[in-house]
Order: sequence, then structure tokens, then C-alpha cells
Amino acid sequence: MVKRILRSVFLVDLFEGLWVTFRSQHPKNIYTEQYPAQRPQVAERYRGAPRLNINPDNGETLCIGCNLCALACPENLIVVGTERDEKTKRKVLTTFTYDTSRCMFCGLCEDACPVDALELTQDFELASYTREGAIWDRQMLEEGPRPTSYKF
Amino acid sequence: MADPTFLDATELVLNMGPQHPSTHGVLRVILKLDGEKVMGADCVIGYLHRGVEKIGENRTYQMFAPYVDRMDYVAAVSNGLGYCLAVEKLLSVEAPPRAQVVRVILTELNRIASHLIWLGTHALDVGALTPVFYTFREREEILNIFEAYCGARLTTHAFRIGGLQYELYDGFEERVKAFCDMFEKRVDDYEALLTGNRIWINRLRKVGILNAEDCKAYGVTGPLLRASGVKWDLRKAQPYSGYENFDFEIPTGIQGDSYDRYVVRMAEMRQSVRIIRQAVANIPAGPIMAKVPKVIKPPVGEVYVSIEAPKGELGYFIVSDGSTQPYRVRVRPPSFVNLQALEKMARGGLVADIVVIIGTIDIVLGEVDR
Repeated sequence: MVKRILRSVFLVDLFEGLWVTFRSQHPKNIYTEQYPAQRPQVAERYRGAPRLNINPDNGETLCIGCNLCALACPENLIVVGTERDEKTKRKVLTTFTYDTSRCMFCGLCEDACPVDALELTQDFELASYTREGAIWDRQMLEEGPRPTSYKF
Repeated sequence: MADPTFLDATELVLNMGPQHPSTHGVLRVILKLDGEKVMGADCVIGYLHRGVEKIGENRTYQMFAPYVDRMDYVAAVSNGLGYCLAVEKLLSVEAPPRAQVVRVILTELNRIASHLIWLGTHALDVGALTPVFYTFREREEILNIFEAYCGARLTTHAFRIGGLQYELYDGFEERVKAFCDMFEKRVDDYEALLTGNRIWINRLRKVGILNAEDCKAYGVTGPLLRASGVKWDLRKAQPYSGYENFDFEIPTGIQGDSYDRYVVRMAEMRQSVRIIRQAVANIPAGPIMAKVPKVIKPPVGEVYVSIEAPKGELGYFIVSDGSTQPYRVRVRPPSFVNLQALEKMARGGLVADIVVIIGTIDIVLGEVDR
């Protein structure tokens, strides 16, 4: 009882809290990132901008035009255009459209891809000045976004 | 039920929200005031309605999984677990032991993250500005663990029907253990800031009292129910995903006021750390995915599965008509049901207490409106 009165008279409860605040102002506790100057390193598995992988040996696309990603997508935002090669009787990819404005980056398309052609990458800067700019065609998907870099 | 003792001249109807910083989103509360005293509080919800349940009827079972993350977006992993468990029960499959343990670790981490958001914003509403910075710092660690595991921070889509999609990465256990070691000290810091603080106690004690009978009558679950002294936790009462293998306690309060809820949630964070420590210590080896067909076509039937989400009982009721898409998906969201008790708690109090009460219910409007 006496202890409680002394604690409340000398504001011990408030000073305990202030001590926590005081300790936390040490410079090693700074967590703020200086974003445009200092790019964050996102995790390896990060699900960001989509990419259509090309074979590094011959520069051809890995996509076989099977349309599984478009079927797996909950938002129906992938459109795969193919045509049949008359000589080899195989499907050849002609167009590939990916609407990033509707994408929720759930990763179901990359799970569905049987040849690891479609992949969600670590690029996360997808802003565009127009709505049409958010709809990526095959060339954009193969090259990836080119975010502006700032010099400070 | 409205109290008929208005003095006609002083009755004032005041809109609180939908754009109000302490309503945690877009909740509109129509307050009937007699001076500073609250005579009635009607909630108007639906500003964030996106028709998630209707979307479920037009998607296959796998496709709907990312959408459930977007209901309670601060506890997306718990939502995903509830949905996956419901569909797994419909299919009569069970996730392998390794997947179950990983699910427990991630949902408990998510419980801590959800409670941290609650603690920070609740303290911010009441006027304690400091804790929100510290809680978000610790939450950042949890989100980094999620990001490294499944590639997304908030709407994780971490679980798949039948198990997991992603194998654990190297260093996952060490990272989670390091978080547990660091976090227990940080909880002590929060307690030093708030638990004994006289302003905090004066603002929260005897505010928004809800006793055990009222809780049961309103269907209120989660920390609100436990704060009123009822030892009810679905992790103990009907264990799912291997919770019966872990040793933990259900913290309860006595009076059922806002301060008790604060104490219960703080104790729950410590218990979550305890569960995570046990789970990380022995993650069984083995497969992470049960045998689930590529095209999920559950037999005709209906199923209700509920789990203990950070905010209370989160239930999924799924009706299958034998096709690839659910016939009906009904979600029993804890925030929505708990919000009903707002009027009961607020009536007779002061306007300033409304802010405390909304904070202490711990609502997420994305889940209330769906």
C-alpha cells in the first residue's frame, strides 16, 4: 500500500514509460528507409511484376502457349494468343497480354505454368501515367519495367 | 430499447464517421447525444462492401483463396487457413503434419501482427502516440518473415488447399527464433509504456463493460469474450491443424472492460510466442502437400469450419453442388459479430469513450463489410 502511494506520488509509472522512449532514440534503432535514394531489397520469392522468360541460349520465348496461366487466373487478366505452325504442327506464341492494373499478385499463374515461362519477379515499381500503360504486352513482359532512378 | 429520457431540447444526433480517424476505416456511427452522454449508437456499415461471398460463387475453389486474404487484411494468413481447412474438410483430406506445423507458426505470427496493429492504433486513439511506432517496427519483422516465405507481405496467399505451395527457406527457423527472443523483451516495453500508466488506466478501466451473459447473447467471441472471464478458445475447444499438440494457456480477464481486453491481448501475444517456440523446435519432415486433384470437385454437401482468428471465431460455411465452383460461400467474420455489441457497450458512456470502445473491439472494416 505504502509502495503504491510512493509510486504514484513520484510518478514512477510515467517515468518507466519515458525510459523506454528514451532508450529507443538511439541511432541504431532507426528503421526508416530513404526510399527513392535507397532501394529496398525485397525477398527472393517476392511476387511483383510479371515476366515472360526467354531462353538465354537462343533468345526464343519459353512459353509454349498452353493457356494454363490464363485459366488459372482468378481475374481473367491474361490473354494468350497462339497460332499453329504449319510445318511442325506445334503452337507458337504470337501475343501475350497481362493486365497489371487488375492483378492481385496471388501467384496462381506462375504456379500453373508447366515450363516456368511466366514468373512474378522482384520488380515492384509498376506505376504508369496512363491506364493503358498498366496493360503489358509481350515485349514489355519480356523486357521488364524500367523504373526511373533518382540521383541525390 | 432506446432510453426515453431525452430532454427534447438537448438531443443531438451526431454522425461519427465514415471518415473519422478512430473508426479504423469507413464505419459510420450515428450517435444520439444528451450533452456529453451517449444515449444511443447505431452503426452504419457497408461502405467497403465488395461482395466477396458473391465472388466466391463465380470462382473455382483454388481461385477464391486469394480473395479471402482481402477480408481481414491484417490477419490474411488466418483467413487463408480457415478457408483451406473448410475446403479440405469438404474434400475429406488432411494437410500433412509438416504443413500443419508450418501453418500454426505462420498463423500465430499473424496473430501477433494483428494484435500489434490493434495495440498501436488503439493506443493512438486514446492518445498514447509512442506505442504505434514500436509496434509497427516489430510487425515489420513479421511481415519480412512472411515476405521471405511466400513472397507477399500483407495479402499473403500463403496456404493452398491440401497443404502449402512453398517449402520453407533456409534460415526460417533461426529467423523465427530470433524474432521470438526479441519480441518477448519488446512486449515488456509495451507493458512498461501502458500497463501501469495512470492515464491509460483511467481511460480504459470500467469503459465498455460487457459481461459474460451479454457476450454470449450477442455471439461475441475472441478476446472480448475471454476478457469477460469465459475460458473459450477454439484452439482448445475444438483443436484444428494440430493445436492439440501445443502447450499454451487461455488468458482471461475478470470484469470485461476495455482494460481487461488489453491485458488479455497482451497475454495472448506471449502465449503465441510460446506456441511458436514449441512449433519451430520440431518441424516434422515430410511432404507439404496432400494428394489433392488438380481440378477440385468436392462431393455434394455443406461444411462449416471455424478457427480462432485473432479477432474471434472466424467461420466458413461452404455449400458444394458437386461442380468446380462453390454453390455458396458464407463467412462468419468475427469483427462483424463483435461490432454488434458496440451499442450495448457505448450507451450511457461519454463521447470520448466511443473511440476507446471502437478501438477495443478491434474491427477491420474489410471484414465487417466483406
